[in-house]
Amino acid sequence: MSVITMRGLRKDFTVRVRTGRLRREKRTVEAVAGIDLTVEAGEMVGYIGPNGAGKSTTLKMLTGVLTPSSGEVSVCGLAPVPQRTRLALTIGVVFGQRSQLWWDLPLRDSFALLRHIYRVPPDAHAARLRRCRSLLDLDEFLDTPVRQLSLGQRMRGELTAALLHGPSVLFLDEPTIGLDVVSKQAVRSFLAELGATGDVTLVLTTHDLADIERLCRRLVVIDHGRVVHDGTIEALHARYGSRRRLVVDLDTPLPPGFAVPGADLVSLEADGHRASFDLLSSSAAGAVVAELATLASMRDLSLVEPDIEDVVARLYRA
Amino acid sequence: MGELRAYGALFLGQWRSLASYRASFAVDLATNILGAVLDVVAVLVLFGATRTVAGFTLREGLLVVSLSSCGFATADLVVGNIDRLKTYVRTGAMDAVLTRPLGALPQLVLMDMPLRKGLRVAVAVAVLITALRLNHVDWTPARAALVVIAPLSGALFFGAIFVASASLAFWWVESGEVGSAFTYGGRDFTAYPVPVFEGWFRAVFAYGMGFGFVAYQPALTLLEHPDPLGLPAGAGFLSPLVALVAAGVAAVVWRAGIRHYRSTGS
Repeated sequence: MSVITMRGLRKDFTVRVRTGRLRREKRTVEAVAGIDLTVEAGEMVGYIGPNGAGKSTTLKMLTGVLTPSSGEVSVCGLAPVPQRTRLALTIGVVFGQRSQLWWDLPLRDSFALLRHIYRVPPDAHAARLRRCRSLLDLDEFLDTPVRQLSLGQRMRGELTAALLHGPSVLFLDEPTIGLDVVSKQAVRSFLAELGATGDVTLVLTTHDLADIERLCRRLVVIDHGRVVHDGTIEALHARYGSRRRLVVDLDTPLPPGFAVPGADLVSLEADGHRASFDLLSSSAAGAVVAELATLASMRDLSLVEPDIEDVVARLYRA
Repeated sequence: MGELRAYGALFLGQWRSLASYRASFAVDLATNILGAVLDVVAVLVLFGATRTVAGFTLREGLLVVSLSSCGFATADLVVGNIDRLKTYVRTGAMDAVLTRPLGALPQLVLMDMPLRKGLRVAVAVAVLITALRLNHVDWTPARAALVVIAPLSGALFFGAIFVASASLAFWWVESGEVGSAFTYGGRDFTAYPVPVFEGWFRAVFAYGMGFGFVAYQPALTLLEHPDPLGLPAGAGFLSPLVALVAAGVAAVVWRAGIRHYRSTGS
């Protein structure tokens, strides 16, 4: 069953741009320019795109914060803006830069208040909180006012706050932004575990592609308000022709005019003692290495997987 | 039922947050009493200079200002901080409000209720009681009801003005103090008998926008004082109707504003 459907979803903003000393001109900016997308229950979808691509705007239309300019959107069978409060009971939201927590209260109190706001039965609340406490190591700062928490601690608190009412869809807007490596890992493995249960549909936006590689089977790339890729990371590599790279260190330089079938020479370094090749097909590595061994004596070799950052950077530039 | 408890929890959250800044709360409370007293003193000073103002004596004037300040102080206590909406809109904090399973307006009200203004209401009620005792009121059930209804209608009316003028922030983030012209300006207008004002200004504020029905008309009805401007004696009973219309308009403006909310980039 699809949990989220968007059809021809658009959001235009009018902005006034200074054109002279006093003159200002009205201009329409398409933040989201017609998105068609469906997400099935239990999916984990990563939403990426350059700054200003429309990721957050889309998420805000899905959560009922922003009213779409046109198009259809439904989440859990509800229309986000008209049925906002009902929808809020079935989704969880973590906006990395906006807090759901009470600034002056300890986390423990915020959680207790949220139980009433979301009308959660006490035992269900207690069970979920217990689980989050152990998975996210909340115990050491549960009694600290939120304003005194570090960003990583606060984010763990936000995640808990978003999950205490047992939402069926979790929206995360840049959940790892600004976190240190350890906190990032903690957040990722928590989300991975959450996604593995299959009870929660997860939609997250990020700039950190490691989030996607770790968490999401499905990757949606958005640019200028349009979907430019929707599929797996592998499909993205296949589509944009990213290749694995073979780097060999040689005792003697390769003979002049050599050719290796199945591989393109990319560079020669260190007077020909180090050579890099792009592998033309995914199964060519063995044959290419065998061929190279007949040409020169090899000291070392390494195989480099294609870098998703490169692919995405190319995509943004296109 | 569950919803009421949810709102209760929000209120409790604000109360607990306040408790973490006890000293500053106490100071705020004290300065607010001073403010409430000064509001009344300003009117007394005017009557001190001339014995009657536009045909109204000091006692009658006191009834007008006390009805006005009861309504205003109550509205200010409940929704006075709604002008913080500007900050919520500018910083995008409104996002968090809109992702909770509760109405946006009650949330903002309960998260930000300026409890330090509580004593202002107490002062205003005390002045109202004093004014009623100084004047001769011919008590009938209808007038007794009006004494309760008029301040409540005034509170609803001022609440509507607070909400509508705060909603400007949805379209115009730097709405600044424009709203204050109608909230605090409106309070000052209603503190005096309407005949004090003249011409189009009086027509627009008192009758066009309805400020005349907050304190002036109910006071006339209570005192059986004929209206120098010619409205019938029972016009004071219209004040709840006027307040309801204002609340309706404010609700429409607020809803349109929420739909127009643009959030901020993140």
